[in-house]
Amino acid sequence: MSRRVGMEASFAIAEAVKLAEAEVVAAYPITPQTHIVERLSEMVADGEIDAEFICVESEHSAMSACVGSSAVGARTFTATAGQGLELMHEVLFVASSSRLPIVMAVANRALSGPLNVWGDQSDVMAARDCGWIQYFAENAQESFDLTLCAFKIAEDPQVLFPVMLNIDGFFVSHVVEPLYLLEKEELEGFIPPYQYPFPLDPRRPVTMGAFAPPVLCTETRKALEVALQGTRETILRVWKEFGDRFGRSYKPIETYRTEDADTILVGIGCYTETASVAIDTMRARGEKVVMVHLRLWRPFPFPEIRAALQGAQKVLVFDRCIILGGPGGPLCSEIKSALYGEEKKPKIFNFIGGLGGRDITPRQFEDMIARGREILDSKVTVEYETIGVRE
Amino acid sequence: MDQFSIFVPRLVTTKEYFAPGHRACIGCGEALAVRHVCKALGKDVIIANATGCMEIVSSALPTTTWRVPWIHSLFENTSAVASGIESGLKVLRRRGKIPDKKITVVAMGGDGATCDIGLQSLSGALERGHNFIYFCFDNEAYMNTGIQRSSATPYGATTSTSPAGKKGIGQITGKKNMPAIAAAHGIPYVATACPSYPFDLFDKVKRAQAVEGPAYIHVFSVCPTGWRSAPELSVKMGRLAVETGVFPLYEIVNGQYRLSMDISPLRPVIEYTKVQGRFRHLTPDLMEQMQVRVIKTYEELKKKASG
Repeated sequence: MSRRVGMEASFAIAEAVKLAEAEVVAAYPITPQTHIVERLSEMVADGEIDAEFICVESEHSAMSACVGSSAVGARTFTATAGQGLELMHEVLFVASSSRLPIVMAVANRALSGPLNVWGDQSDVMAARDCGWIQYFAENAQESFDLTLCAFKIAEDPQVLFPVMLNIDGFFVSHVVEPLYLLEKEELEGFIPPYQYPFPLDPRRPVTMGAFAPPVLCTETRKALEVALQGTRETILRVWKEFGDRFGRSYKPIETYRTEDADTILVGIGCYTETASVAIDTMRARGEKVVMVHLRLWRPFPFPEIRAALQGAQKVLVFDRCIILGGPGGPLCSEIKSALYGEEKKPKIFNFIGGLGGRDITPRQFEDMIARGREILDSKVTVEYETIGVRE
Repeated sequence: MDQFSIFVPRLVTTKEYFAPGHRACIGCGEALAVRHVCKALGKDVIIANATGCMEIVSSALPTTTWRVPWIHSLFENTSAVASGIESGLKVLRRRGKIPDKKITVVAMGGDGATCDIGLQSLSGALERGHNFIYFCFDNEAYMNTGIQRSSATPYGATTSTSPAGKKGIGQITGKKNMPAIAAAHGIPYVATACPSYPFDLFDKVKRAQAVEGPAYIHVFSVCPTGWRSAPELSVKMGRLAVETGVFPLYEIVNGQYRLSMDISPLRPVIEYTKVQGRFRHLTPDLMEQMQVRVIKTYEELKKKASG
């Protein structure tokens, strides 16, 4: 049966990869992801998992090797962070457009410059349009569960898309937490054997990665988009099946204390857990505040977001990334675009904070919510405000 | 080369794995080289191809020239893709998911993909010891994008980014010694080849296939479009490149150099350069410099081969 253990989230991900019996792991060291692949390489060295570990010479090659191994039909995993994700950037698009079900954990980290190895979401947000299924885990248990789900989702014949599991660098990746690990027998049948429908195989030659002339490129891109949007159903089904079997279910968005709200705080990633503490305090004072956090980022959960937010008067969106030269934070930008066409829409304001590993306390979240309500009650003159910035 | 005395058509399979109907230029030495290489490799092969001429002429959706499993992804990563393919096959074979049968893993790219942008991923794959063959089809510039110089462009050649002009002489650097760089990784097999010598090329592909570990074959690929030469001369020009010492044929087996043929005496380099537009601007002075360079490099190679 499930074992309750104390474990770092990075190791929990490695445990899930082992349970999924991944066949190839190609990775390059980068903080704060390194613990995941260090643990996996130990597992390979100890014979705990029968996999090939390729110590590539860069993240670009890590993702490229994953493309190769996935294309021959091997279950493939990698992990990266920050600069590593950006070095992979062009290969990410190839992995998704080739419909290769690679699973990757990303320990979210700031982007240079200045160099900063600590957490924020600049890396994933810069890679948001790469055609991968992308979702977030907020603690060690979720990291474990959602890594297992990632293989099942990615390899589903109706899906065949790579999946990116995001965890906040250090705040999740390096934190030891209690969690329930599943045993191999319990998992039996949850992840079916990987059968890639058209692998590179001399017995049935296929051509992969042919180029598309203008007369066909629009059609291939459109087909890719339709297919990615179409993965929703499977993602929801797999999360539900996981919940039915193991008692922990996951949804595209999670809501916290939704009763009679006038203000909704929206976030993504582990800071929403801190924000929930602030919400509790504020509700104890009688304030009508609730929390909505996104788990699924791509394909973007438009229906769920619309349903959850359109009744509110005020929506405050918290981002851990700045779109330089743009509208503020990427999450807020997405939320606004989801609600713009709605007849009844709330007022929205964006806060940005927690960049490069900067901590945000529950008290700061309280102040932020109060400040946001104040702004929305008066005249909004800026796109966003930055929390705790020294100017 | 003694096989030349045998009735030639019997020695070469009539099977084509690089099928006709591709869109390479007339007289393309690279297409000829790839076709020969594929014949030598046989059907139990998986090819990873870098972006470049060969990928573009062979793969326009929804058509394909390839009758063997083939994957293209990007310009600089083909060795890494091959690493993944090789590792994937290894573990699938071990777990009994595919038949226990040898599949030759091949990575191929042009000189730009090999000597410039893909050098890091190639070095990584050679160093890690993957069991694969890397083919560099060297047409001595970025032909696919319009004849820009690469680090494999020879001294004095005019290209669209190393143009000869009132002051410029064309390419001012010598050709990067890519086979030596590959050999410096301590890999078991390195060779140079040219499709104008098809049996030598076949032999080398077979030897590379038989080796356990990485093998590197650098294939001279005449480009009539980029070199401004007559398409019907491509095979002859390959021979001239070898006979003048411009592109010597040799192997480096476990670090030991071996000349595939010792040309003595070498023909004058001008016999090779005069049939190409890219060297037309060279003055007698520069031609002399080029001749000196070629002889010096060839003598050094001979010395290594006799050592």
